[in-house]
Amino acid sequence: MNEIANRFNIDGGPVDFEPGQTILQAALAAGVFIPHLCAHPEFTPHGSCKLCTVTVNGRSGSACTIAAMPGMDVQSDTPELNSRRRVLLQMLFVEGHHFCPGCEKSGNCTLQALAYEMEMLTPHFAHFFPDRPVDASHPDVLLDLNRCVMCELCVRASRDFDGKNVFSLAGRGMASKIVVNSPTGLLGDSDLAVTDRAATICPVGAILPKRVGYKVPIGERLYDPIPISAQVGRLSGATAESGCCGCGSGASGGGCGATASATVAQKEA
Amino acid sequence: MSDLSEANLGALSAIVDKYRRQPTYLVQVLREVQDALDHIPPAAMAYVASALGVPIGQVEAVTAFYAFFHDRPMGRYRVLISDNITDRMLGSMALVEHMLNRLKLKLGEVSADGVVSVGLTSCTGMCDQGPAMLVNNRTITRLTPRRIDEICELIRAQVPLDDWPSFYFKVDDNIRRADMLLAAQWSPGEALRAATSLGPQGMIHELRLSNLRGRGGAGFTTAVKWEAARNAPGHGPNATRYVVCNADEGEPGTFKDRVLLQSYAGHVFEGMTIAGYAIGASRGFLYLRGEYTYLLQALEKHLADLRKMNLLGRSVCGVEGFDFDIEIHVGAGAYVCGEETALIESLEGKPGRPRIRPPFPVTHGYLGQPTVVNNVETLCKVLEIATHGGARYAGLGTKQSTGTKILSVSGDVDRPGLYEYPFGVRIAQVLEDCGARHPQAVQVSGAAGMCLSEREFGRRIAFEDVPTAGSFMVFGAQRDLFEVARNFTHFFAHESCGFCTPCRVGTTLVSNLMDKIAAGHGTQYEMNELNRLAGVIKGSAHCGLGTASCNAIVDTVQKFRPAYEKRLKAVDFEPAFDLDAALAKAREVTGRDDADAHLAQGMEQH
Ligand SMILES: Cc1cc2nc3c(=O)[nH]c(=O)nc-3n(C[C@H](O)[C@H](O)[C@H](O)COP(=O)(O)O)c2cc1C
Ligand code: SF4
Ligand code: SF4
Ligand code: FES
Repeated sequence: MNEIANRFNIDGGPVDFEPGQTILQAALAAGVFIPHLCAHPEFTPHGSCKLCTVTVNGRSGSACTIAAMPGMDVQSDTPELNSRRRVLLQMLFVEGHHFCPGCEKSGNCTLQALAYEMEMLTPHFAHFFPDRPVDASHPDVLLDLNRCVMCELCVRASRDFDGKNVFSLAGRGMASKIVVNSPTGLLGDSDLAVTDRAATICPVGAILPKRVGYKVPIGERLYDPIPISAQVGRLSGATAESGCCGCGSGASGGGCGATASATVAQKEA
Repeated sequence: MSDLSEANLGALSAIVDKYRRQPTYLVQVLREVQDALDHIPPAAMAYVASALGVPIGQVEAVTAFYAFFHDRPMGRYRVLISDNITDRMLGSMALVEHMLNRLKLKLGEVSADGVVSVGLTSCTGMCDQGPAMLVNNRTITRLTPRRIDEICELIRAQVPLDDWPSFYFKVDDNIRRADMLLAAQWSPGEALRAATSLGPQGMIHELRLSNLRGRGGAGFTTAVKWEAARNAPGHGPNATRYVVCNADEGEPGTFKDRVLLQSYAGHVFEGMTIAGYAIGASRGFLYLRGEYTYLLQALEKHLADLRKMNLLGRSVCGVEGFDFDIEIHVGAGAYVCGEETALIESLEGKPGRPRIRPPFPVTHGYLGQPTVVNNVETLCKVLEIATHGGARYAGLGTKQSTGTKILSVSGDVDRPGLYEYPFGVRIAQVLEDCGARHPQAVQVSGAAGMCLSEREFGRRIAFEDVPTAGSFMVFGAQRDLFEVARNFTHFFAHESCGFCTPCRVGTTLVSNLMDKIAAGHGTQYEMNELNRLAGVIKGSAHCGLGTASCNAIVDTVQKFRPAYEKRLKAVDFEPAFDLDAALAKAREVTGRDDADAHLAQGMEQH
């Protein structure tokens, strides 16, 4: 009997994978971009943003959680799926407050980069205008949940990498929100340090290291010169060339350990 | 912890000790804390967190997730009136108004003296005897204006719930048509002994012959599930297997499991024990929805009796090595916890958010161990198969849907209640039997199910045709199907767990659109938007709640379009607010109210 090749198709093109990889991991490693927000090479898949939704043998599913299998037929870059992704992005934009021109994450923000990528021109839906107070109590880190997209990367980073459990997702439905594990609920009273992975993992501008906001000028930031779809090497965690996770901290050593540890996690996975 | 009194500290420490300070009991602990303190103050959260050794954020997350938990005082009498569509049809909203007027309260507000609050809650499972309410999680049925008056008096006089007239709390079975299951007597241990004489493999073999399919909605073949769990290896040093009975019954209009738990608990527990025997499990959980807390005492007593009869415990039924016991976990107001992986999360003491699948519970369920999750009714059916054999069981019903099915019938009918039929019964037959009054539509399988119009009343209840988890809501000719669909959209927006984008945000966008149409500001634009959102949500939500959340809209738009169209404006787009009304303040200030000081709404003016 012939051994079945570890290969499947995305949009008609072949992708080789290693057993244990998800569709997203295999695609990124092969240089094929699938839009994603809550997935990150360092952390266990989560499957909540649904931007990576693809069609696998005719059925919808999240590329970040479905294991790659030989012979799969995956559709991803189709007008229909991209228009669905655009609606999901619009949902995220109206759910919170995303004032990109005034946001210090601008240019380093995955949500913004994906919106450009998907050609999302307007938020389309009526804004929800949620009331989310800003927490500036921490000396080195700002928590502004107005921009939170509930990806739980901070939860996973703090729990699985820092071993501190600083963040949790609380509430349900539209009342869902990130809460801080401290007696007062304030970040300043938690044991978060600016050197923690959780302090720099946020893909949007909800958790920001203080006093480094504009170190890299707008126009020269992560997604300013090169669109996100052309950065698959960095997104897959396979290459460390960009030197920064896109957190906007500008930190090269302790502030942001994204890329250094990414390769390690990739090997362990 | 300084703001906990001595007495409260004592109560809390007794609670955490009762649950052996195990973090998996967090939901149970918080339920009892709330009973003791009327709410869960931050100091109690901190206490529980340190006693159970979990981060305080987890305690906060759990408190905030479940609708029946409150971190601030909600009134010593917490009244929640059922907001299911059938309760509405029975006049619940007028009763809510009446009660709020009597108590001089607003919805969701706590009275100034801290005595009472009145709110709404999703379906309480009493559709055959509504309108219903919960007072501190105790069920009161058959509300009338008079009964509301009496309840207001009792609350004002702060009479303890135990001293309220006991007939308020009476819950009827209303069994209208009994077949295999509902007509069966329970002879303790008979089916279990039949199962143990077959042996685990033999029992699963009979189950396979019976072609029994799960009654919880999805209709998964029970034998396949059990066999997979039996074959799955346990994991780690505490390797074992679990049986979970899903008694969450949150689907609007479904109340069959409530009757089974109230009057057929012997069947339920014995079915679980047979499952435990067949898959090699040592523990079982009954996950009881918070709305059914009134059943808890009787069920606990039932379990104690079973232990005395050696139908639970060590060497069950005298079978050497078969140790099995059952405990009850009570939910706290979250429909999504009926989804089996969310249920398991809840059992583990976490918010009920559905897990990524695979892995499935049969290999990685409770605490990562192989776990079978079955519906209450499914487990009852197991007794018939153990006693009479799979082949005989398969003789009833249709090819793909063997045996009988219990329907919970409510709405515009003369005789609401439980109807058990062999699978394959026609909708028209059920309508005739229950005395449906000029039905124009039937919603089968709850808010997540299908809306059938008169043209479809010849269809059959069966997995091959109209599958159902047991809800059967009848809408008479005078009902407005748009309002039915709108009620369901609010239900889903309220019950979404919030984990995934399409469901968390999408269900709210959809219910906002329905409200906009209801307010008379809808146009064809909104109809297109509903359609587009339904497609996105269905195609990308993480679990069945999200994927089913727009079924009712899609069905009613297709089959009852006039109910929508009569509300639509003839313009292409209407803003959600009234431009002219927004200018009222300006008119008042300027003292002008002539024609030029008014705006015509919409596009016609151009
Ligand atoms: C949102 C949601 C709610 C559910 N609620 C219930 C429920 O209340 N009771 C139930 O038995 N199954 C419910 N289910 C189905 C369960 O996930 C599961 O399929 C079922 O308990 C399996 O039992 P069965 O095989 O005996 O049908 C629900 C599913 C979803 C997606
Ligand atoms: S704060 Fe940032 S990392 Fe955390 S959930 Fe929100 S968006 Fe994700
Ligand atoms: S579909 Fe809804 S209920 Fe299910 S996981 Fe997503 S948000 Fe939660
Ligand atoms: S990246 Fe897959 S769901 Fe978010």
